[in-house]
Amino acid sequence: MARIFMKGCEAIAESAVRAGCRFFAGYPITPQNEIPEYLSRRMPEVGGVFVQGESEIASVSMVYGAASAGCRSMTSSSSPGIALKSEGVSYCASARVPMVYANISRGGPGVGSIQPAQMDYLQATKASGNGGFEMMVFAPASVQEAADMTYKAFDYADRDRNPVLILCDGVIGTLMEPVELPEMKTSEEVAAIKNSKKPWSCIGHGSDYATRAWIQPGQWSTVTQQQENEKAAALYESWRKNDARAEEYLTEDAEVVITAYGISARVSKTVVDILRARGKKIGLIRPITVHPFPVQSFERLDYSRVKAVLDVEMAIPALMAQDVEKAVGDRAPIHTCLCSGGNIMKKERVLAAAEKLFELVK
Amino acid sequence: METNLLVAGFGGQGVMVLGKLLSHAACDSGQKNVTFFPSYGAEQRGGTANCYVVISDDAIGVPVGDTMDDLIVMNDPSLNKFIGALKPSGNLFVNSSIVKEEIKRSDISVVKAPVTELSLKLGNPKVLNVIMLGVYVGYTNIVDEAVVEEVIARQLGKNADLIPLNREAFHMGLDIGKERRKA
Repeated sequence: MARIFMKGCEAIAESAVRAGCRFFAGYPITPQNEIPEYLSRRMPEVGGVFVQGESEIASVSMVYGAASAGCRSMTSSSSPGIALKSEGVSYCASARVPMVYANISRGGPGVGSIQPAQMDYLQATKASGNGGFEMMVFAPASVQEAADMTYKAFDYADRDRNPVLILCDGVIGTLMEPVELPEMKTSEEVAAIKNSKKPWSCIGHGSDYATRAWIQPGQWSTVTQQQENEKAAALYESWRKNDARAEEYLTEDAEVVITAYGISARVSKTVVDILRARGKKIGLIRPITVHPFPVQSFERLDYSRVKAVLDVEMAIPALMAQDVEKAVGDRAPIHTCLCSGGNIMKKERVLAAAEKLFELVK
Repeated sequence: METNLLVAGFGGQGVMVLGKLLSHAACDSGQKNVTFFPSYGAEQRGGTANCYVVISDDAIGVPVGDTMDDLIVMNDPSLNKFIGALKPSGNLFVNSSIVKEEIKRSDISVVKAPVTELSLKLGNPKVLNVIMLGVYVGYTNIVDEAVVEEVIARQLGKNADLIPLNREAFHMGLDIGKERRKA
């Protein structure tokens, strides 16, 4: 497969098309504008629909509608815009409608800065809307991963009948890198996904009342509401067993373990290489799914060796650290290396923080 | 082997295009890894613009480094802002038509090229970035010049009548870069 030099946002957009996404609605905000820009040109080429909605809430609601008809559908935004979309995302989760959306995240809270940040971790993994629903959340650390994860996200969304979030920091969204794009689904494959595999979709399935499709973002009956929530909870539980993913890098004999996702993980991996070259026993756990959180990777650590864990995030206060603390417990102390406000995590800062830990645990 | 390059200048001088053309060429020439990261924000013509390009034989961890191997500056503010980021023995490429300040560091190699004046001589001030790209490639030989030429034709060639002008601009820069390399 040929390598193409592409921006993260554009790779996400093209991969969505290749996965069979034929409806996109969005609203402009930096640094994700390249996704709608790209799709405004690309969607008509494949017989899809692109809409620039009048607002974030309108566009996510359009996605809710299109996805209810079985069409692979997507929206995207950046941090404050994602907050506005929470209503529609919660509706999709409640109605069990599959859709994919991307947060090319920037500084926060509020309007924050337009520069890259990882301030939306808790929103993404814990409460992307009201009502206690959960989603699988993927965190790409390269343009290649952004492309691959977007492609797979549509399969997960359909499998679970649930929204899937790509949590992509502004660096990966803005960065250009060589990428091998996933295979383009044929129009027959796209039609098959839409029509034959979704008996729940509102496209008319014949006259039998029993098979009538019904999309509703809530239940009139307290009994069925609880039943729906119990079904959803069972689904979420299955992810924790089966779908948590992480990259474990040189952790086997590590005395210090860095943990980070997205661009912070990439910078941290360079630091691991630098310190390994100096004979330091250091490794990295990089969550690929930040929800479900890859607790297993922390379980596998040999805590007779691990003296400290270093949580590296472009967020102040530390956010992922809450999940790391839960996973590690009292088996090792957790330290943080943080930056925020739009600065990209500096290699030198992570290096200094890791070196300091080796001094502390000596 | 990893090279960190920063290109900086006024918005409108083609700083981003320069970085992208080089990155596309690095992507096209075999298995090298390459990243391009632009400054973004309230960008405007006449404002400041810069981009980071990393070209490496290995995986690239840090697309925005603190220390640069090479620095291309198109105006005085960029020189002042970024000269400190250039590593000792690094290469500084200067648009000497615009940059008038004295370069105080003596531990670096300085390649001056009056690319604004040269572009005016070619009859189109917009090609100053392509001349500078030629200077950089000619001096560093970081990517095959033939691949860069193909990329220029592909990326800028929507208006096919502009290809000869850009090719001429690129070669004009290449000659300057190669000449300075020998010196």
